[in-house]
Amino acid sequence: MKVTYFPGCTLKNKAKDLDRYARECAEILGITLEEAENWQCCGGVFTTAGDEIATKLSSVRVLKAAKEKGEALVTVCSACHNVVKQTNYAMQNDRSFADKVNRYMADEEPYNGETQIYHYLELLRDVVGFDKLREKVVNPLKGKKIGAYYGCLLLRPGKVMGLDDPENPTVMEELIRALGAEPVVFANRNECCGGYVFAENPELAKKKSTAVLSNAKANGADMVITACPLCKYNLQKSASDVPVVYFTELLAEALGVKESCNE
Amino acid sequence: MNKKMLAEEIIRISGTDPKKCMKCGKCSGSCPAYDDMEYHPHQFVSMIINGNVDPLMVSESVYSCLTCFACAERCPRGVEPAKLIEAVRLFKLREKGKNRMSAEDVSAFCDADMPQQAIVSAFRKYAK
Repeated sequence: MKVTYFPGCTLKNKAKDLDRYARECAEILGITLEEAENWQCCGGVFTTAGDEIATKLSSVRVLKAAKEKGEALVTVCSACHNVVKQTNYAMQNDRSFADKVNRYMADEEPYNGETQIYHYLELLRDVVGFDKLREKVVNPLKGKKIGAYYGCLLLRPGKVMGLDDPENPTVMEELIRALGAEPVVFANRNECCGGYVFAENPELAKKKSTAVLSNAKANGADMVITACPLCKYNLQKSASDVPVVYFTELLAEALGVKESCNE
Repeated sequence: MNKKMLAEEIIRISGTDPKKCMKCGKCSGSCPAYDDMEYHPHQFVSMIINGNVDPLMVSESVYSCLTCFACAERCPRGVEPAKLIEAVRLFKLREKGKNRMSAEDVSAFCDADMPQQAIVSAFRKYAK
């Protein structure tokens, strides 16, 4: 199966780990992530105001690119996923917004939210299936106690994202189990890390990130996984002794390709 | 723009209806930035209903909102206070010369590990 892949700006630079492990593991699982041509940055955060048009066009363009190829669109970064998915939802449900976008792009085919979009975690759960993934594991992560940190962007707004139960998600815990490790559920796993606010109020971001990691540690986690480069940055900066890694790194380790990805 | 028109305009671009609020306070109870805000999510909702927007327009509180959407997710009435805060923030930033952040500011918070996502997100929230 081939899908259109939207890596986003950070996966091409500071979060190369998130990207290369994702591509390599997808191949093993029978899915080729083919990077969309000429994609543009999603902008990092979705602007909820209904009269904001230009800030959402890059998402519409990559959604259209997938539609034209008749493929599903796959994202790995939580922020890209949130922005593209919320934009697609607006294109499906807000006629006035969709009309303005389509008139702005009048020289192109109209788009009305037809593309199916998956976060990589959804691809693992809904397309590959965790049972099949379990069969492909060659290096089970036995004895590891791992906390899954969801943050905000993967889950909320729940009715738009539809990835999981926004208050009691299970997809990353199921992934951890499929890879042979033990998931650690902790209360702060869907609370904010501070996000972009570190840029002008580093104390607030540090307070939020410290709360997340200390809560994970108090519940017995040896490490924490995330799908978001900004979450990883904020959590690591809070200078805790709990390692924070991308979920794709764990996946690559269990599938036995972590070393070959780094060659 | 008079107070009533300003409040109506904020409600319009937010796409949400603050009048559905039943004052349960769950939004502010869920807010991770509560301690850092002068006006809290439930106050944004009630002040906008009452057309009392001027204090919000000069408050730093809009910049403390993390857009984490906890308030929106947990509101039992579907008011989504985050969208109202976003609308007030945009009203401030859209005024000429009112950008909160410029390219010159980046070096102050930039380090070798900072993801690109951080800069683009900050510029979406603090500049137009």
